[in-house]
Order: sequence, then C-alpha cells, then structure tokens
Amino acid sequence: MSFLRFGYVTGPIIGALWLFILATTVSITMSFATGDPFRPALIVSLILGAVSGLLAALEQEKRIKIAIIAVLVFALTLVGFGPIVMESNSVSEGVAAVGLALVMGWSMNAIMNEVPLGPLTRHEMEEAWIRFLTGFGYIFFTAIVLIPFYVMVMTSLKSQSALLQNPLDFSLEIDKGWALFRSYHELFRDFNFGTYMWTSFYVSVLTVFITLAFSIPGAYAVARLRFRGQKAFSRSILLIYMVPMIVLALPIYIAFSVTGLRNTVIGIILIYPVTTIPVALYMLQGYFRGLPAEVEEAGLMDGLNRLQVIWKITLPLALPALASVSLYVFMIAWNEFLLAFMLLDDPSKFTLTRGVAMLNSSEIPREHLMAGAVIATVPVMVLFLGLEKFMTKGLTAGSVKG
Amino acid sequence: MSVAIPPKGQGPLAKREARLAWSLLLPTITIVSLVVILPLLSIFWISFKPIGLADLRPPAPVLRESLRGSGDQMRIEYRLRNSSQDVEITDVTIRDAWPEGLIVTGDLPAGCVLDGREFTCDLGTLEPGYNERLSVPVMLADGVDQDAAEDAAEGTEPEVRGEADSILTNSEFTLDNFARVFDGDEFWTVMWVTLFYTVVGTIGALLFGLFAALLLNKSFRGQGILRGLYLFPYVAPVIAVAFTWVNLFDPFSGSANALLLQMGVTNEAINFFGQRPLALIMVTVFEIWRYFPLSFLFILARMQSIDTDMYEAADMDGASPFQKFWYLSLPMLLGILSVLFLLRFIWTFNKFDDIFLLTGGNAGTRTLTVNVYEQAFAISNIGAGAAVAVIIFGCLLAFSFFFFRFISREEGL
Repeated sequence: MSFLRFGYVTGPIIGALWLFILATTVSITMSFATGDPFRPALIVSLILGAVSGLLAALEQEKRIKIAIIAVLVFALTLVGFGPIVMESNSVSEGVAAVGLALVMGWSMNAIMNEVPLGPLTRHEMEEAWIRFLTGFGYIFFTAIVLIPFYVMVMTSLKSQSALLQNPLDFSLEIDKGWALFRSYHELFRDFNFGTYMWTSFYVSVLTVFITLAFSIPGAYAVARLRFRGQKAFSRSILLIYMVPMIVLALPIYIAFSVTGLRNTVIGIILIYPVTTIPVALYMLQGYFRGLPAEVEEAGLMDGLNRLQVIWKITLPLALPALASVSLYVFMIAWNEFLLAFMLLDDPSKFTLTRGVAMLNSSEIPREHLMAGAVIATVPVMVLFLGLEKFMTKGLTAGSVKG
Repeated sequence: MSVAIPPKGQGPLAKREARLAWSLLLPTITIVSLVVILPLLSIFWISFKPIGLADLRPPAPVLRESLRGSGDQMRIEYRLRNSSQDVEITDVTIRDAWPEGLIVTGDLPAGCVLDGREFTCDLGTLEPGYNERLSVPVMLADGVDQDAAEDAAEGTEPEVRGEADSILTNSEFTLDNFARVFDGDEFWTVMWVTLFYTVVGTIGALLFGLFAALLLNKSFRGQGILRGLYLFPYVAPVIAVAFTWVNLFDPFSGSANALLLQMGVTNEAINFFGQRPLALIMVTVFEIWRYFPLSFLFILARMQSIDTDMYEAADMDGASPFQKFWYLSLPMLLGILSVLFLLRFIWTFNKFDDIFLLTGGNAGTRTLTVNVYEQAFAISNIGAGAAVAVIIFGCLLAFSFFFFRFISREEGL
C-alpha cells in the first residue's frame, strides 16, 4: 500500500469515494423528502471528487479551498453535469446543489486536514483514511437507523393509494390539518387500540413487579450467601436464559389449552414474568456482587438480620440497578410478541403487539398497520430516551438477551 | 488442657446461611421449574407421541336435549355424539333433572332409569363416530303450558360423563415424528439456512457493532444523541420494525424498490422477501440491523474502560492509529468479542419472531425455530414440532458446553 503514501494519490481516491457517498446521501435524502427523482451520477462524482481531493491537498488558505470546491460542485450541478442528476422544482434542486456543494467543500477539507500533496507519513495517511471512514460511518449508521423509522411514521400519515402512485413521495399535505392523523383516530375508535394499550401497560407493569419480587431474593442469595451449589446455580441461570422461547411456547400452549388459561390475560400475566426472571436474576446478581459487602456486615453486627439487611441496606444501594432492570423488563414485556400471538385469540383481550399483528391483513390499509407500529413504538422509545443512561448501564451490567 | 483446633465441616452459622439462601431461592426455583423444566420434559414426552393439533381436546361425549312434538306425540330427545372419529369413550352416563308435569307414556331407552324427576342413563361404551338420538315419549300433565315445559326442559343442562383414552397421557409411543423431521432433503435445507442465518447474522452484528463503537468512542457534542439513536432498532418492538421492513421492501409499493429503480440500479422491482437466496440474505441483514446496537453497546462500554495510559505509551513509541487499533484495542476487546459472539450465536440460533414476521419461513428462510411452528401449527402436527424442538434443545446443550468452557475463563462465572 506504499503508493497510498502520497498526497496526490490518497487525496483523489478519498475525494472520489467521498463525493459519490455524499451525492448518494443527498439524492436519497431529497428523494425521500420530495418524491422527485434525484440520482447520483457515478462517473461525474468520481472525477469531480478526485479533482476536489487533489484541490484539498493543496497548500492554500483553507477558506479558499472550501470556496473553490463548493463553487465547482455547485456550478457543475446547476449546469447539469454535476454529481447529482435531478428533475424537480427549482427550489429543491437549489437546496440539493447548495447543500451538496457546501458539505463537500467543508468535509473534504476536514478529511484532508494537514495532508500535504507530496509524500505522506504513515500517520498522515492513516488519519486521513480514518476521518473518511468516520464520516462514512456516521452517514451510514444514521441512514440505516433513520430510514425505516422515517418510513414508518410517514406511511402512517399518508393514504395507501397516494403511496402506490409514488412510493417515494412522503411529502405531507399540511393543509389537511388534523385529518393527517386519520388512521390513528380510526385505530383508537374502531380497533380498540386504547384498550390494547391499557392491557399492554398493566401487563407490563405487573410483569415488572412480579419479576422483581422473585428475582431480588434469588439474585441476592446467589450473589452473597454461601451455600453448596451456588456456582452451579449461577451457571444454570444463564443456561435457562438460553432456552428458546419457541421450545417452551409449544408445551405452554398445550398446557394452557387444557387448563383453559389460553385466551386470558391472567395466563399472559402468569407467563411473562417467567420469561423475564432469568434476565433480571442475571442482571441483579451482577450488581449485588459489585456492592461492598462491608456495609452489609456492619448492618449485621449492629443487630439486623439478613432480611432486614436486604431491605434496609442492599435495596437502597441497588436502586439504580433496580431502575434499569425494571426498565428492561418493562421493555421486554411491552415488546413481547410470540406468546401473545400464540395464546390470545379474542380481540377484546389483545395486547398492543398482538393488536398490531391483527392489522397485518390485506383488507386493512397499510397506513393503519404503520400507525399501529408507531403507537407500539412511541411509548417504549419515550421511556427509553428519557432514561437512556439507566438503560445502557443496566444492559451492560449483565444482560445480553435479544 | 485441650488443644484448640479449627472446626471442621459446616458450622451452625454456615448452615443457617445456606438455609436462608435456599429459602430465598425457593420461589424462583419453583416457578422456573414449573414453567421451564416441566415444559422441557413434556416436549420430550410429546416428541414421541403421534399427536396432532386436534388431539389436544380429549375425546368427550357431546349431548343436546330438546322437547319435541306436541300433544300426544311429544318426546324428550337427547342427541348424543362422540366428539372423536377414532377413539371410543367408555362408562358414559347421562344425568338430567326433568321439569315438573311430564308423564312418560312409552318405554325408556335401554339403560335409562327415571326416579321421580331424576333421569339417569348408563350407556356403557360409545363407538368412535357414534351419533344417535335417544328419545322418551312423554305427555304433559293437565294444566301445564307447553312452551313453559319446553323452556324448563331445555333450560336445565343435562350432565354427561365419559372416560376416554387421551393421546397425551396413554402409553402409545412412536418414532414417526423424528423420522418425519429427518426425512428427505428438507431437514438439511433447514439446517443450512439456520447455520447461515446464525453465523452470518452473529458475525455481521459484531462487526457493525465494533464499527459503530469505534465511531462513538470519542466525546463530541451530540454523542449522546447519536448513541441513543443507534440503539433504536434494538429497543423498538420487533413487530413494528419487522412490518416496517416488509413495507419498505415491498415489490409494488415499497420505497426501497422505487429508490433503486429511480437510481437505475435495477430495471424491475425486486421481490426482496419473496425469492430464494435474496430472502435469506434479507432476513440476515435484518438480524444484523436489529442487533448491532447490542454489540455496539457492550463493545463501547469495554472500550471506555481501557486504560488510556497504554495509548499514551504507544503514542510515545510512534504507533500509528491502525497499529494502535490492531495491537492495543483489538486484543483488549477480544474477551468481550468472544463472549458476545457465543451469546449472540446462541440467541440468533433461537430467534423466531423476526423471520416469522418477515417471511413466515417462506422463500427458503425456514430455520429450525420456524420449523417448530410450521410443523406444530401450520401442518397441525404437534408431535413433529416437538421433535424439532428436541433437536434445537440438543444443539443448545452442545453450544452451552462450549460457552461455559470459554465464558468461565473470560468472565469468571
């Protein structure tokens, strides 16, 4: 790779790739925003990008380099020989051209920051490539995460016939006002989504409480108390954690059919905690192990018994862990689909995920399905974003379950 | 003078601690064994049984009562049926309370007795598919209204009992389920699909997670927002994101196809989730997309706990960025990467909902777990489904053996 160690080689290569990436990004963004055709032009992007990369490596005032590249890209785009080919109204074409030109000018110079035209040291070359890869990474991950969620929300606000005509046109007819939310309104009015949300909510909350009630003593015993079989026990927690749900779902389905628990919310409340108890046990025992044993021993010396120690010392100290475990368990219960799908048939008892699954039929328009998906996603997202710190801590504290 | 020697074995304090530990664990052990161990055992039991979805309801006698005719021609009629077409029911008895004001005018059916208003029958054995009427000719006593008598007769539910051999509990065993599951090329196709999905999905999620963690392992404004954003796929309900993907990649109204057509990448719409090899690749991509946040989170947490002194020393020695990554970061991350690999491998292997929602196991995406559902519910052969579940469990035991050999070293568990 020694030929890369020259500014006039690395610069154009990075520039060519980078302009093509940017052109693609801007095209996709503008297509999704306007519904009009925007397309990156491969050959032009590569050539123009190579030229920009070379320019950025020149020893010049930075602002001048930015300006030269930006003007070059902008002018060529407007003439029609630019990195993006587009057929749209002049406003969005202008936005695309200006946006691409400015971003390209600025980012190209940032990537080639202090990279000379001539021979490069290993550091200079690698750092340029790392900056390029970093930029690409941000664009790539943001795009793959945002696009599905953007499509989900926008589809729920549009009519199916409009989307069939042009699947890319997500522009909203703002003048429709509240009528935009028609599918949400219909879900709550005709499809009982209010009830489903309430069912999901109380099932999840109950699951959290039942799970904690069982797993706190269990986790404490495994983490703190010495007894024969302790090691085997902490291993078998993980082992149980690995049993696939579908393997259990079959006998549970049979048992519930025979005992008449199928199709009841009680059955769901009975079964959900069992799927979350191993997770909670695993997370909590990790946290309890990390707490200083001396504080508890001090409590024991002062005359508390073990249960009082747990109640008065350990639990208050473990509050952050309890919060994150609760959040995580709530998320699992709220998102749970398989058991609800297999065990519930009666539309009056559905949980939210089961209700969304019901919308997946050819008779119900797509926007209803997507509106249902949004309704199921928003509460858990809000909860998660609000308490993200807890969540990430709790997740990394022990659990890796998916 | 006695010599002080250290006590041997468990002292009373240790015993008390162990007792407390077991009593704290007892509720958890009970509930887990009830809902995990018991079903696992029953899966083994069922996998050797010739049992279909319809056999879940044990065969039972079904009885309907009605008062028919009018005037002298009245009769009480019992329609009795065996709910099963191939199992006989033994010791069938009927018990019914008649309304007042009915007088029996003819013979009672064989085996039946009327004692006051109490009507009982002992019918013995019902053949498979038995479906007959038992009728008792009656007339109304004076002054009894016919409609009222009809309501009274049909208002009280007659009680019927019978014993039948349930397939769930009898001692009939078969190896047919396993033979059926292993039969033909299908099994190997399923295994290959499972293997591809698991291996590629796991490695892909790890690599993407590593890449994302490298991106965010520096502090800048908006880092928190990006971190939260990158976790979205993992936090959102699977049902919401799976349906969104199906929608996005729809061959007719999907935005992805429209975009590809417009950019000139393809000339005709691609059926992403409907054609062989592509569907399998798409579900694997979905798996990577959905679970890279998890690996990302763990790798990032480990990265941030690496001592910065090491990097400073490397800087002094003139190590380049790639060298620092290759010779410092990667060896430090190897532990968490291997743990993540093993765990994710097992959980990807166990994954059901994702594929089920995306393709329903069609177009060459049927993994072992989807096969359990297919066999048990789509083909209504619970026994075969259980047999597949047993195979999954066997694989799982093998994996966890490996897991504990490695994990014990890495995590000290």
